[in-house]
Amino acid sequence: MREAAAAVAGLAPASANVELSVRDVHAWYGESHILHGMSFDVPKGEVVTLLGRNGAGKTTTMRAIMGLVRNRKGSIKFGDTDTIAYQPHRIARLGIAYCPEERGIFSSLDVTENLLLPPVVKPGGMDLDEVYALFPRLKERGSSQGTKLSGGEQQMLAIARILRTGASLLLLDEPTEGLAPVIVQHIGEIIRTLKSRGFTVLLVEQNFHFAATVADRHYVVEHGTVIDMIENSQLAANKQKLEGYLGV
Amino acid sequence: MFELIGVPPQVLFGQLLLGLINGAFYALLSLGLAVIFGMLNVINFAHGAQYMLGAFGAWLLLKYTGIPYWGALVIVPLVIGAFGIVLERLFLSRLYHLDHLYGLLLTFGLAIIFEGVARYVFGASGVSYENPIPGGVNLGFMFLPYYRAWVIVFSLAVCLATWFMIERTKLGSYLRAAVERPDLVQAMGINVPLMITLTYGFGVALAALAGVLAAPVYSVTPKIGAEIIIVVFAVVVIGGMGSIMGSVVTGFGLGLVEGLTKVFYPEASNIVIFVIMAIVLVLRPAGLFGTAK
Repeated sequence: MREAAAAVAGLAPASANVELSVRDVHAWYGESHILHGMSFDVPKGEVVTLLGRNGAGKTTTMRAIMGLVRNRKGSIKFGDTDTIAYQPHRIARLGIAYCPEERGIFSSLDVTENLLLPPVVKPGGMDLDEVYALFPRLKERGSSQGTKLSGGEQQMLAIARILRTGASLLLLDEPTEGLAPVIVQHIGEIIRTLKSRGFTVLLVEQNFHFAATVADRHYVVEHGTVIDMIENSQLAANKQKLEGYLGV
Repeated sequence: MFELIGVPPQVLFGQLLLGLINGAFYALLSLGLAVIFGMLNVINFAHGAQYMLGAFGAWLLLKYTGIPYWGALVIVPLVIGAFGIVLERLFLSRLYHLDHLYGLLLTFGLAIIFEGVARYVFGASGVSYENPIPGGVNLGFMFLPYYRAWVIVFSLAVCLATWFMIERTKLGSYLRAAVERPDLVQAMGINVPLMITLTYGFGVALAALAGVLAAPVYSVTPKIGAEIIIVVFAVVVIGGMGSIMGSVVTGFGLGLVEGLTKVFYPEASNIVIFVIMAIVLVLRPAGLFGTAK
């Protein structure tokens, strides 16, 4: 497994333009050792996915990057800053934004309050008009209680609210989970729009058919470590290998 | 002179006024408890003791620095609030990952210490604080002392301002969101640990403010905190733990109920709130304004 991780580090893009560099990260929840030396790179402006089965450690990786897993070791570099010892609010202030799997819409806030909640941490984020242009429903439902929205609308809200903050790296944890195909398509369009606007996106996905429509490269995660990296352009050639990894 | 069900109006309105005054203190104190519980998940048993310290703080300021009531109204909450912040950083912040019970035990211990120190320093019989606005106005149906009117108006204003801050401002939206998902709010770039510390300081400052407000009304003894806090906990249970508007409305409402009971059936006036609490717990365990978690 270690050799595989090292090999992957070798496979990583050599370009200096790396937005996020994760090296040999270990993480624990209480006594359970979840991440066993995660290593991967997210190049600036790319959409990168973490693929893997349930329980492989994809969400924990996201939470470790965000500092939400307290007990973690290794190196997580955002630009030139190693954030491994940072608290979550300092990590967010560097320009990393997180959209959790359970969406995290606040029931005691209305839709507009939810949308405006994350503070602007850097210049260069979308302004409110741009966000509403991407997600017109959120303007219509502005005064509804956040959790009264449909699942798809809640997902849109969870993505929309992190676009205003000026964060350049977006962590999206299974944004398509449990949503109807037409909404999944819409989320795919949004992710492609974000890429064209220069955002860097790290995406956790179980649905690799969806991932293939948006991503530049895929890291395969198993037992808390990266076991392979596949460029999206090579996906067809590696389809069987990938299906083996994911057990589909 | 007319009478209501055999009760002279002076007596009725006099007791209603007393009820409103008590209600003003119930509201201020349960508001602070609700704010602290919402954010810290700690039942602040030291709340009564912090209220008592506020009353003695006003007295100390007047005696040793000559700073009058109006100065004390600002300075005492700031100083005791800052003291609360120190307590949170030193002790409470180490208990958040444990069960509620540990925070309750810690603050209960602190309350006993504060009360003991106050008894040692000031004596059990306590001190008295001069009324800063003596006099009053005869409204025809009753006599209204100015200071009592001030207590009711000021306490209402503080409660409404707190409600407005939490429910209607940007800062309040951070607070409400952090009550639901502190981790996620912190991951948005907000310093949630600092917010928790300041919230405790604010809740303690509210208790101290109530103490200053109470100094001219009640005699200031080391026991006033322990006496009122039991009733205030009942108010919080009736209103619903963690509900801001609930604690304000319930505080004033139960003060009035207590006052009315004193008029019509004085024997029950000390237990009426607990009877209501028992009934509410049976019918609506989450409280009148609470939502079941």
